[in-house]
Amino acid sequence: MPGTDHDHHPSHGHSHEHGHAHEHEPSTLSAMELRVRALETVLAQKGYIDPAALDVLIDTYQTKIGPRNGARVIARAWCDGEFRRRLLDDATAAIASLGFSGRQGEHLVAVENTPDVHNLVVCTLCSCYPWPILGLPPTWYKSAPYRARVIKDPRGVLEDFGVSLPETVRIRIWDSTAEVRYLVVPQRPAGSLHLSERELADLVTRDSMIGTGLPRNPGSPPTPRRAP
Amino acid sequence: MTPTAPSYHSNADLGGQDVRDTVRPEPEGELFHADWEPRVLALTLAMGATRLWNIDASRSARETLPDYRELSYYQIWLAGLSKLLLRTGAAQADEIAQGRMLHPAVPISRVLHAGDVAAVLARGAPTVRQPSHPARFALGSRVRTLSAPAPHHTRLPGYARGKRGVIERVHGAHVFADTHAQGLGEQPQWLYTVAFDEAELWGVGWPRQGSTVSVDAWEPYLEPA
Repeated sequence: MPGTDHDHHPSHGHSHEHGHAHEHEPSTLSAMELRVRALETVLAQKGYIDPAALDVLIDTYQTKIGPRNGARVIARAWCDGEFRRRLLDDATAAIASLGFSGRQGEHLVAVENTPDVHNLVVCTLCSCYPWPILGLPPTWYKSAPYRARVIKDPRGVLEDFGVSLPETVRIRIWDSTAEVRYLVVPQRPAGSLHLSERELADLVTRDSMIGTGLPRNPGSPPTPRRAP
Repeated sequence: MTPTAPSYHSNADLGGQDVRDTVRPEPEGELFHADWEPRVLALTLAMGATRLWNIDASRSARETLPDYRELSYYQIWLAGLSKLLLRTGAAQADEIAQGRMLHPAVPISRVLHAGDVAAVLARGAPTVRQPSHPARFALGSRVRTLSAPAPHHTRLPGYARGKRGVIERVHGAHVFADTHAQGLGEQPQWLYTVAFDEAELWGVGWPRQGSTVSVDAWEPYLEPA
Protein backbone atom coordinates (compact mmCIF):
# COMPACT_ATOMS: atom_id res chain seq x y z
CA MET A 1 0.00 0.00 0.00
CA PRO A 2 1.55 3.30 -0.99
CA GLY A 3 2.33 5.59 1.90
CA THR A 4 2.59 3.00 4.64
CA ASP A 5 6.25 3.77 5.10
CA HIS A 6 5.33 7.27 6.30
CA ASP A 7 3.62 6.23 9.47
CA HIS A 8 6.56 7.39 11.51
CA HIS A 9 5.28 10.94 12.09
CA PRO A 10 6.36 11.21 15.70
CA SER A 11 3.67 13.38 17.24
CA HIS A 12 0.84 13.27 14.84
CA GLY A 13 -2.10 13.12 17.19
CA HIS A 14 -4.87 15.25 15.81
CA SER A 15 -2.59 17.83 14.33
CA HIS A 16 -3.09 18.02 10.60
CA GLU A 17 -0.17 20.16 9.58
CA HIS A 18 1.36 18.40 6.63
CA GLY A 19 3.54 19.10 3.69
CA HIS A 20 6.65 20.14 5.54
CA ALA A 21 8.99 17.47 4.33
CA HIS A 22 11.99 19.32 5.74
CA GLU A 23 10.82 18.16 9.15
CA HIS A 24 11.24 14.53 8.12
CA GLU A 25 14.30 12.49 8.89
CA PRO A 26 16.88 12.29 6.09
CA SER A 27 16.38 8.52 5.83
CA THR A 28 12.73 9.06 4.89
CA LEU A 29 13.73 11.57 2.27
CA SER A 30 16.05 9.14 0.57
CA ALA A 31 13.45 6.37 0.82
CA MET A 32 10.99 8.64 -0.97
CA GLU A 33 13.65 9.62 -3.47
CA LEU A 34 14.31 5.96 -4.28
CA ARG A 35 10.63 5.16 -4.54
CA VAL A 36 9.98 7.99 -6.98
CA ARG A 37 13.03 7.11 -9.07
CA ALA A 38 11.89 3.49 -9.22
CA LEU A 39 8.47 4.54 -10.45
CA GLU A 40 9.96 6.89 -13.02
CA THR A 41 12.18 4.09 -14.33
CA VAL A 42 9.26 1.70 -14.75
CA LEU A 43 7.14 4.29 -16.55
CA ALA A 44 9.99 5.25 -18.87
CA GLN A 45 10.81 1.60 -19.66
CA LYS A 46 7.18 0.99 -20.52
CA GLY A 47 7.22 3.92 -22.90
CA TYR A 48 4.58 5.98 -21.11
CA ILE A 49 6.77 8.96 -20.38
CA ASP A 50 9.61 10.90 -21.93
CA PRO A 51 12.01 11.65 -19.05
CA ALA A 52 13.13 14.82 -20.84
CA ALA A 53 9.53 16.04 -20.69
CA LEU A 54 9.64 15.75 -16.91
CA ASP A 55 12.58 18.14 -16.79
CA VAL A 56 10.77 20.59 -19.03
CA LEU A 57 7.61 20.39 -16.89
CA ILE A 58 9.57 21.09 -13.71
CA ASP A 59 11.54 23.93 -15.26
CA THR A 60 8.33 25.44 -16.61
CA TYR A 61 6.72 25.71 -13.18
CA GLN A 62 9.96 26.80 -11.52
CA THR A 63 10.94 29.51 -13.96
CA LYS A 64 8.16 30.37 -16.42
CA ILE A 65 4.69 29.91 -14.96
CA GLY A 66 4.24 31.57 -11.59
CA PRO A 67 2.62 34.47 -9.75
CA ARG A 68 4.58 37.10 -11.67
CA ASN A 69 2.23 36.27 -14.57
CA GLY A 70 -0.77 37.16 -12.42
CA ALA A 71 0.98 40.29 -11.16
CA ARG A 72 1.25 41.49 -14.75
CA VAL A 73 -2.48 40.92 -15.21
CA ILE A 74 -3.31 42.91 -12.08
CA ALA A 75 -0.92 45.77 -12.92
CA ARG A 76 -2.49 46.03 -16.37
CA ALA A 77 -5.97 46.15 -14.84
CA TRP A 78 -4.85 48.93 -12.48
CA CYS A 79 -3.47 51.00 -15.37
CA ASP A 80 -5.97 50.30 -18.12
CA GLY A 81 -9.67 50.74 -17.40
CA GLU A 82 -10.71 49.02 -20.61
CA PHE A 83 -8.59 45.96 -19.77
CA ARG A 84 -10.03 45.93 -16.23
CA ARG A 85 -13.56 45.83 -17.65
CA ARG A 86 -12.65 42.98 -20.00
CA LEU A 87 -10.93 41.13 -17.14
CA LEU A 88 -14.02 41.31 -14.93
CA ASP A 89 -16.31 40.44 -17.85
CA ASP A 90 -14.34 37.52 -19.37
CA ALA A 91 -11.12 36.83 -17.50
CA THR A 92 -10.15 33.85 -19.65
CA ALA A 93 -10.08 35.97 -22.81
CA ALA A 94 -8.53 39.04 -21.18
CA ILE A 95 -5.75 36.99 -19.60
CA ALA A 96 -5.14 35.05 -22.82
CA SER A 97 -4.58 38.40 -24.54
CA LEU A 98 -1.52 38.80 -22.30
CA GLY A 99 -0.31 35.33 -23.30
CA PHE A 100 -1.39 33.28 -20.27
CA SER A 101 -3.71 30.32 -20.75
CA GLY A 102 -4.12 26.59 -20.35
CA ARG A 103 -3.82 23.85 -17.81
CA GLN A 104 -5.77 24.55 -14.61
CA GLY A 105 -6.77 27.95 -15.95
CA GLU A 106 -9.04 26.99 -18.80
CA HIS A 107 -11.98 28.90 -17.26
CA LEU A 108 -10.93 31.95 -15.29
CA VAL A 109 -13.01 34.41 -13.28
CA ALA A 110 -11.57 37.61 -11.81
CA VAL A 111 -13.18 38.96 -8.65
CA GLU A 112 -12.40 42.51 -7.61
CA ASN A 113 -11.81 43.79 -4.11
CA THR A 114 -13.48 47.09 -3.25
CA PRO A 115 -13.58 49.21 -0.09
CA ASP A 116 -16.65 47.13 0.90
CA VAL A 117 -15.81 43.59 -0.25
CA HIS A 118 -12.73 41.42 0.18
CA ASN A 119 -12.46 38.22 -1.86
CA LEU A 120 -10.78 34.99 -0.76
CA VAL A 121 -10.20 31.84 -2.82
CA VAL A 122 -9.98 28.26 -1.56
CA CYS A 123 -10.42 24.70 -2.78
CA THR A 124 -11.81 22.79 0.19
CA LEU A 125 -11.94 19.50 -1.75
CA CYS A 126 -8.39 19.39 -3.11
CA SER A 127 -6.05 22.11 -4.35
CA CYS A 128 -7.64 23.74 -7.40
CA TYR A 129 -5.72 26.89 -8.24
CA PRO A 130 -5.21 29.09 -11.35
CA TRP A 131 -1.89 27.67 -12.54
CA PRO A 132 -1.27 29.76 -15.69
CA ILE A 133 -1.30 32.99 -13.67
CA LEU A 134 -0.23 31.91 -10.16
CA GLY A 135 1.82 28.77 -10.83
CA LEU A 136 1.76 25.92 -8.35
CA PRO A 137 -0.20 26.40 -5.14
CA PRO A 138 1.76 27.07 -1.95
CA THR A 139 1.81 24.35 0.70
CA TRP A 140 -0.54 26.22 3.02
CA TYR A 141 -3.17 26.49 0.28
CA LYS A 142 -3.25 22.67 0.07
CA SER A 143 -3.10 22.17 3.84
CA ALA A 144 -5.92 21.01 6.10
CA PRO A 145 -5.92 24.14 8.29
CA TYR A 146 -6.52 26.51 5.38
CA ARG A 147 -9.07 24.32 3.62
CA ALA A 148 -10.97 23.53 6.80
CA ARG A 149 -10.94 26.95 8.42
CA VAL A 150 -11.08 29.67 5.78
CA ILE A 151 -14.73 29.19 4.84
CA LYS A 152 -15.90 29.22 8.46
CA ASP A 153 -13.43 31.55 10.15
CA PRO A 154 -12.03 33.76 7.38
CA ARG A 155 -11.02 36.55 9.73
CA GLY A 156 -9.11 34.12 11.93
CA VAL A 157 -7.23 32.78 8.89
CA LEU A 158 -6.48 36.29 7.68
CA GLU A 159 -4.97 36.96 11.11
CA ASP A 160 -2.56 34.07 10.48
CA PHE A 161 -1.36 36.10 7.49
CA GLY A 162 -1.15 39.30 9.52
CA VAL A 163 -4.16 40.77 7.73
CA SER A 164 -6.90 42.52 9.66
CA LEU A 165 -9.87 43.99 7.80
CA PRO A 166 -12.42 46.46 9.17
CA GLU A 167 -15.61 44.78 10.41
CA THR A 168 -17.57 46.73 7.81
CA VAL A 169 -15.80 44.90 4.97
CA ARG A 170 -17.76 41.89 3.75
CA ILE A 171 -15.73 38.76 3.02
CA ARG A 172 -16.61 36.83 -0.10
CA ILE A 173 -15.12 33.33 -0.25
CA TRP A 174 -14.99 31.37 -3.49
CA ASP A 175 -14.66 27.59 -3.08
CA SER A 176 -13.27 26.29 -6.40
CA THR A 177 -15.27 23.07 -6.55
CA ALA A 178 -15.41 22.70 -10.37
CA GLU A 179 -13.07 23.72 -13.23
CA VAL A 180 -13.55 27.48 -12.80
CA ARG A 181 -10.47 29.14 -11.31
CA TYR A 182 -10.59 32.43 -9.45
CA LEU A 183 -8.19 35.38 -9.43
CA VAL A 184 -8.58 38.13 -6.84
CA VAL A 185 -8.01 41.64 -8.17
CA PRO A 186 -6.68 43.51 -5.15
CA GLN A 187 -7.22 47.22 -4.61
CA ARG A 188 -4.51 49.43 -6.01
CA PRO A 189 -2.41 50.75 -3.11
CA ALA A 190 -2.68 54.40 -2.18
CA GLY A 191 0.23 56.53 -3.32
CA SER A 192 0.93 54.42 -6.40
CA LEU A 193 -0.37 56.81 -9.06
CA HIS A 194 3.12 57.77 -10.21
CA LEU A 195 4.29 54.20 -10.73
CA SER A 196 4.73 52.46 -14.07
CA GLU A 197 2.88 49.25 -14.89
CA ARG A 198 6.07 47.28 -14.25
CA GLU A 199 6.59 48.96 -10.87
CA LEU A 200 2.96 48.27 -9.99
CA ALA A 201 3.41 44.56 -10.80
CA ASP A 202 6.16 44.46 -8.17
CA LEU A 203 3.62 45.50 -5.54
CA VAL A 204 1.30 42.59 -6.37
CA THR A 205 2.02 39.64 -4.10
CA ARG A 206 0.89 36.09 -4.74
CA ASP A 207 -1.17 36.09 -1.56
CA SER A 208 -2.94 39.30 -2.59
CA MET A 209 -4.23 37.45 -5.68
CA ILE A 210 -5.59 34.62 -3.48
CA GLY A 211 -7.02 37.07 -0.96
CA THR A 212 -4.89 36.07 2.04
CA GLY A 213 -2.73 39.15 1.61
CA LEU A 214 -2.77 42.74 0.43
CA PRO A 215 -0.50 44.33 -2.15
CA ARG A 216 2.65 45.96 -0.86
CA ASN A 217 2.65 49.71 -0.42
CA PRO A 218 4.96 51.78 -2.63
CA GLY A 219 8.34 52.03 -0.95
CA SER A 220 7.96 48.92 1.19
CA PRO A 221 10.58 46.16 0.88
CA PRO A 222 10.16 43.64 -1.94
CA THR A 223 8.37 40.36 -1.43
CA PRO A 224 10.74 37.68 -0.17
CA ARG A 225 10.90 35.06 -2.89
CA ARG A 226 12.73 32.44 -0.83
CA ALA A 227 12.74 31.29 2.73
CA PRO A 228 15.41 33.16 4.72
CA MET B 1 -19.03 -2.10 6.01
CA THR B 2 -21.78 -4.53 4.96
CA PRO B 3 -20.89 -6.22 1.67
CA THR B 4 -24.24 -5.29 0.12
CA ALA B 5 -23.80 -1.54 0.71
CA PRO B 6 -20.69 -0.35 -1.09
CA SER B 7 -19.80 3.05 0.30
CA TYR B 8 -17.72 5.86 -1.03
CA HIS B 9 -15.91 8.10 1.36
CA SER B 10 -13.79 11.11 0.52
CA ASN B 11 -11.08 11.89 3.05
CA ALA B 12 -10.42 15.21 1.32
CA ASP B 13 -13.69 17.01 2.06
CA LEU B 14 -12.17 19.30 4.68
CA GLY B 15 -14.30 22.46 4.52
CA GLY B 16 -15.62 23.43 7.95
CA GLN B 17 -13.96 20.47 9.71
CA ASP B 18 -12.69 20.98 13.23
CA VAL B 19 -9.06 21.74 12.46
CA ARG B 20 -7.49 24.29 14.74
CA ASP B 21 -3.89 24.55 13.58
CA THR B 22 -2.79 27.92 12.32
CA VAL B 23 -2.11 28.40 8.62
CA ARG B 24 1.59 28.85 8.00
CA PRO B 25 2.33 31.42 5.29
CA GLU B 26 5.14 30.65 2.90
CA PRO B 27 7.36 32.89 0.78
CA GLU B 28 6.57 33.18 -2.89
CA GLY B 29 8.75 30.81 -4.88
CA GLU B 30 9.05 28.19 -2.16
CA LEU B 31 7.45 25.49 -4.27
CA PHE B 32 8.98 22.23 -3.11
CA HIS B 33 10.31 20.86 0.16
CA ALA B 34 12.17 17.78 -1.08
CA ASP B 35 13.94 16.82 -4.30
CA TRP B 36 11.44 14.09 -5.11
CA GLU B 37 8.43 16.42 -5.01
CA PRO B 38 8.96 18.06 -8.43
CA ARG B 39 9.47 14.59 -9.95
CA VAL B 40 6.10 13.46 -8.56
CA LEU B 41 4.47 16.59 -9.95
CA ALA B 42 5.98 15.97 -13.38
CA LEU B 43 5.22 12.23 -13.36
CA THR B 44 1.60 12.96 -12.49
CA LEU B 45 1.25 15.52 -15.28
CA ALA B 46 3.04 13.33 -17.83
CA MET B 47 0.93 10.27 -16.97
CA GLY B 48 -2.21 12.42 -17.13
CA ALA B 49 -1.24 13.23 -20.72
CA THR B 50 -1.42 9.53 -21.67
CA ARG B 51 -5.21 9.68 -21.15
CA LEU B 52 -5.19 6.38 -19.27
CA TRP B 53 -7.46 8.24 -16.83
CA ASN B 54 -8.99 11.70 -16.58
CA ILE B 55 -8.50 14.42 -13.98
CA ASP B 56 -11.72 13.57 -12.14
CA ALA B 57 -10.68 9.93 -11.81
CA SER B 58 -7.33 11.07 -10.44
CA ARG B 59 -9.02 13.33 -7.86
CA SER B 60 -11.21 10.40 -6.88
CA ALA B 61 -8.17 8.13 -6.51
CA ARG B 62 -6.49 10.65 -4.21
CA GLU B 63 -9.45 11.58 -2.03
CA THR B 64 -10.22 7.92 -1.26
CA LEU B 65 -6.72 7.15 0.01
CA PRO B 66 -7.29 5.84 3.56
CA ASP B 67 -4.23 7.70 4.85
CA TYR B 68 -5.02 10.95 3.00
CA ARG B 69 -4.92 13.03 6.18
CA GLU B 70 -1.56 11.62 7.24
CA LEU B 71 0.24 12.29 3.95
CA SER B 72 1.87 15.45 2.63
CA TYR B 73 0.40 16.73 -0.60
CA TYR B 74 2.98 15.27 -2.97
CA GLN B 75 2.84 12.00 -1.04
CA ILE B 76 -0.89 12.04 -1.83
CA TRP B 77 -0.10 12.61 -5.49
CA LEU B 78 2.41 9.76 -5.53
CA ALA B 79 0.02 7.37 -3.80
CA GLY B 80 -2.80 8.44 -6.15
CA LEU B 81 -0.61 7.87 -9.18
CA SER B 82 0.45 4.41 -7.99
CA LYS B 83 -3.19 3.51 -7.34
CA LEU B 84 -4.24 4.57 -10.85
CA LEU B 85 -1.36 2.64 -12.44
CA LEU B 86 -2.39 -0.50 -10.59
CA ARG B 87 -6.09 -0.02 -11.34
CA THR B 88 -5.53 0.44 -15.07
CA GLY B 89 -2.92 -2.32 -15.24
CA ALA B 90 -0.43 0.18 -16.66
CA ALA B 91 2.05 -0.98 -14.02
CA GLN B 92 1.90 -3.79 -11.53
CA ALA B 93 2.90 -3.93 -7.90
CA ASP B 94 6.05 -5.96 -8.51
CA GLU B 95 7.22 -3.44 -11.10
CA ILE B 96 6.60 -0.48 -8.81
CA ALA B 97 8.40 -2.27 -5.97
CA GLN B 98 11.41 -3.35 -8.05
CA GLY B 99 11.68 -0.27 -10.24
CA ARG B 100 11.81 -2.12 -13.54
CA MET B 101 9.49 -3.29 -16.27
CA LEU B 102 8.37 -6.91 -15.77
CA HIS B 103 5.13 -6.98 -17.80
CA PRO B 104 4.13 -5.68 -21.22
CA ALA B 105 2.99 -2.08 -21.48
CA VAL B 106 -0.67 -1.26 -22.02
CA PRO B 107 -1.60 0.78 -25.10
CA ILE B 108 -1.75 4.53 -24.53
CA SER B 109 -3.07 7.27 -26.80
CA ARG B 110 -0.30 9.84 -26.29
CA VAL B 111 3.18 10.30 -24.87
CA LEU B 112 4.02 13.83 -23.73
CA HIS B 113 7.33 14.69 -25.37
CA ALA B 114 9.63 17.42 -24.15
CA GLY B 115 9.08 19.51 -27.25
CA ASP B 116 5.32 19.48 -26.81
CA VAL B 117 5.12 20.47 -23.15
CA ALA B 118 4.67 24.22 -23.67
CA ALA B 119 1.91 23.76 -26.24
CA VAL B 120 0.09 21.09 -24.26
CA LEU B 121 0.13 23.17 -21.08
CA ALA B 122 -0.99 26.31 -22.95
CA ARG B 123 -3.91 24.43 -24.49
CA GLY B 124 -5.06 22.80 -21.28
CA ALA B 125 -8.26 20.77 -21.26
CA PRO B 126 -11.29 23.06 -21.36
CA THR B 127 -14.40 21.48 -19.83
CA VAL B 128 -17.10 23.71 -21.33
CA ARG B 129 -19.47 21.87 -23.70
CA GLN B 130 -22.61 22.48 -25.74
CA PRO B 131 -25.60 22.27 -23.39
CA SER B 132 -28.22 19.67 -24.27
CA HIS B 133 -31.06 21.65 -22.72
CA PRO B 134 -31.71 25.20 -21.48
CA ALA B 135 -30.44 26.14 -18.02
CA ARG B 136 -32.92 25.29 -15.30
CA PHE B 137 -31.87 28.20 -13.09
CA ALA B 138 -31.13 31.86 -13.74
CA LEU B 139 -29.16 34.53 -11.92
CA GLY B 140 -30.86 35.22 -8.61
CA SER B 141 -32.75 31.89 -8.53
CA ARG B 142 -33.13 30.45 -5.04
CA VAL B 143 -31.95 26.86 -4.84
CA ARG B 144 -31.40 24.11 -2.33
CA THR B 145 -28.50 21.70 -2.60
CA LEU B 146 -28.86 17.94 -2.33
CA SER B 147 -28.60 16.68 1.20
CA ALA B 148 -27.85 12.98 0.74
CA PRO B 149 -24.18 12.07 0.39
CA ALA B 150 -23.25 10.71 -3.04
CA PRO B 151 -22.06 7.08 -3.24
CA HIS B 152 -19.31 8.13 -5.69
CA HIS B 153 -16.90 10.97 -6.44
CA THR B 154 -18.72 14.28 -6.30
CA ARG B 155 -17.80 17.94 -5.98
CA LEU B 156 -20.53 19.15 -3.66
CA PRO B 157 -18.72 19.59 -0.33
CA GLY B 158 -20.32 18.25 2.83
CA TYR B 159 -20.65 21.68 4.42
CA ALA B 160 -22.78 22.85 1.48
CA ARG B 161 -25.21 19.90 1.46
CA GLY B 162 -28.88 20.54 2.15
CA LYS B 163 -28.35 24.32 2.17
CA ARG B 164 -30.30 27.16 0.62
CA GLY B 165 -28.39 29.52 -1.64
CA VAL B 166 -28.72 31.90 -4.56
CA ILE B 167 -27.43 31.50 -8.11
CA GLU B 168 -24.77 34.15 -8.59
CA ARG B 169 -23.11 33.11 -11.83
CA VAL B 170 -23.98 30.81 -14.71
CA HIS B 171 -20.90 29.23 -16.30
CA GLY B 172 -22.42 27.27 -19.19
CA ALA B 173 -22.44 23.48 -19.46
CA HIS B 174 -19.33 21.68 -18.22
CA VAL B 175 -18.09 18.09 -18.09
CA PHE B 176 -19.85 16.56 -15.08
CA ALA B 177 -17.18 15.48 -12.60
CA ASP B 178 -19.42 12.87 -10.97
CA THR B 179 -19.91 10.76 -14.10
CA HIS B 180 -16.53 11.56 -15.63
CA ALA B 181 -14.71 10.25 -12.55
CA GLN B 182 -16.63 6.97 -12.70
CA GLY B 183 -15.88 6.33 -16.36
CA LEU B 184 -19.49 7.08 -17.29
CA GLY B 185 -18.64 9.83 -19.75
CA GLU B 186 -18.72 13.61 -19.77
CA GLN B 187 -22.52 14.03 -19.53
CA PRO B 188 -22.19 17.86 -19.56
CA GLN B 189 -24.37 19.74 -17.07
CA TRP B 190 -25.00 23.40 -16.40
CA LEU B 191 -22.61 24.79 -13.85
CA TYR B 192 -23.51 27.59 -11.45
CA THR B 193 -21.88 29.59 -8.68
CA VAL B 194 -24.20 29.26 -5.69
CA ALA B 195 -23.70 31.68 -2.80
CA PHE B 196 -24.68 30.90 0.80
CA ASP B 197 -25.11 33.18 3.75
CA GLU B 198 -22.85 32.27 6.66
CA ALA B 199 -25.79 31.68 9.01
CA GLU B 200 -27.24 29.13 6.55
CA LEU B 201 -23.95 27.22 6.55
CA TRP B 202 -22.87 27.44 10.18
CA GLY B 203 -26.09 28.13 12.06
CA VAL B 204 -27.18 31.22 13.90
CA GLY B 205 -25.01 30.28 16.90
CA TRP B 206 -21.76 30.72 14.97
CA PRO B 207 -20.35 34.25 15.42
CA ARG B 208 -21.06 36.23 12.27
CA GLN B 209 -18.04 37.48 10.38
CA GLY B 210 -19.82 39.29 7.56
CA SER B 211 -19.00 36.53 5.08
CA THR B 212 -20.57 34.78 2.12
CA VAL B 213 -19.27 31.48 0.74
CA SER B 214 -19.94 30.11 -2.72
CA VAL B 215 -19.39 26.77 -4.39
CA ASP B 216 -19.53 25.90 -8.07
CA ALA B 217 -22.34 23.40 -8.41
CA TRP B 218 -23.56 21.38 -11.37
CA GLU B 219 -27.31 21.43 -12.01
CA PRO B 220 -27.96 17.88 -10.71
CA TYR B 221 -26.77 19.08 -7.27
CA LEU B 222 -29.58 21.64 -7.12
CA GLU B 223 -33.32 21.86 -6.78
CA PRO B 224 -35.56 24.93 -6.60
CA ALA B 225 -35.93 26.31 -3.07
